[in-house]
Amino acid sequence: MLCCRAYVANRVADKLTKVTDRIYCCRSGSSADTQAISEIVAYHLDFYQMERGEPAPVKVAANVFREFCYDYRDSLVAGILCAGWDDKEGGQVYSIPLGGMLVRQPVSIGGSGSSYIYGYVDSRYKPGMTKDECVDLVQSALALAMSRDGSSGGVIRLGIITKDGIERRVLSGDKIPKFYEG
Amino acid sequence: MVYKYECPHGGSTVLVKRGFILLLHVRNDALMNLCEVECLCAQDGVILGADTRATEGSIVANKNCAKIHYLAKNIYCCGAGTAADTEKTTKLISSQLELHRLQTRRIVPVTTANHMLKQMLFRYQGHIQAALVLGGVDTTGPGLYCIYPHGSSDCLPYTTMGSGSLAAMAVFEKDWRPDMELEEAKKLVRDAVAGGIFNDLGSGSNVDLCVITKDSTQMLRTYDEANVKGKR
Repeated sequence: MLCCRAYVANRVADKLTKVTDRIYCCRSGSSADTQAISEIVAYHLDFYQMERGEPAPVKVAANVFREFCYDYRDSLVAGILCAGWDDKEGGQVYSIPLGGMLVRQPVSIGGSGSSYIYGYVDSRYKPGMTKDECVDLVQSALALAMSRDGSSGGVIRLGIITKDGIERRVLSGDKIPKFYEG
Repeated sequence: MVYKYECPHGGSTVLVKRGFILLLHVRNDALMNLCEVECLCAQDGVILGADTRATEGSIVANKNCAKIHYLAKNIYCCGAGTAADTEKTTKLISSQLELHRLQTRRIVPVTTANHMLKQMLFRYQGHIQAALVLGGVDTTGPGLYCIYPHGSSDCLPYTTMGSGSLAAMAVFEKDWRPDMELEEAKKLVRDAVAGGIFNDLGSGSNVDLCVITKDSTQMLRTYDEANVKGKR
């Protein structure tokens, strides 16, 4: 959900943005800033792939994001999760929070709703989870964040990235997991 | 990585190790043909609507101004915010799009207009107060975007902008459905703009519409006079 003050500007916003075929990013913060950054990064990585003749590794993508987020940290409001698959290190998740730090994590959350679900994610994440377990964790975590955070909501967008590319899913209405609502 | 490129018109397959694929003219030919070949549904198009009130603080500065701006033959744009900014921004992008059309020799895509507008607005960090609704039809079909002054944009099936946007959106949320017929879609946009005209002090006077379809663009200036005054 994208909103300015009391008005929801877009309740089906797509914050899962393509960077390359196997690298996507989750955007949080200012939508103008994050859209601009992700488009610039996508452009740079396209060039990288043409020059090198091979797909860009996720690490490179994350570092390009970091470069912009750090250099322009005073004028940007952008919290980015960059994730994807490459043949060097497999599936990877990188977090680039507000100040432009870069950190690789096995699991990462971000955005305004994330503070509500740190405990939930910590309690449920185990190394070596299967695809279905991961999908279940992600959608439950999102549903919980959406129910507690006033500026999160709308539909759940999932992207499952493997060596074969991305599989995108959209959960809306009654497909969104339900928990205790008091 | 080796890119394999097969010529769709039969014959050669080219293997490219790195760098640009210079055979893209084949793809470009295909794109050129698309504008004639691809058969969009006759009703497939975009409708833009706007009121005609311009204000200076609490004074109505112009009772019949045009807020639907020309960008290209197949792309128009509604502007809200500061009139000078929307006017200058759309004129500037319009001329860039025309040069782009001449250089590439094909119909400019709506997404190109979106990119140019959002990149310009982002560069000015929100100081250009232009909130735009961009609509048009290209080889990929109809496209509708709303662009905020800070340079973010959304691609949506229906959208509203400006001070009357909440009133207009209420009408859309109630009556919009996918695949509407042309006449009922025109009426819906009229009703949405009328919602702003009647319930928002910043909006008023007449309803302008612009109907863009695959093979025609209709500018309906004063499509409706929402509230006709009595004779003096």
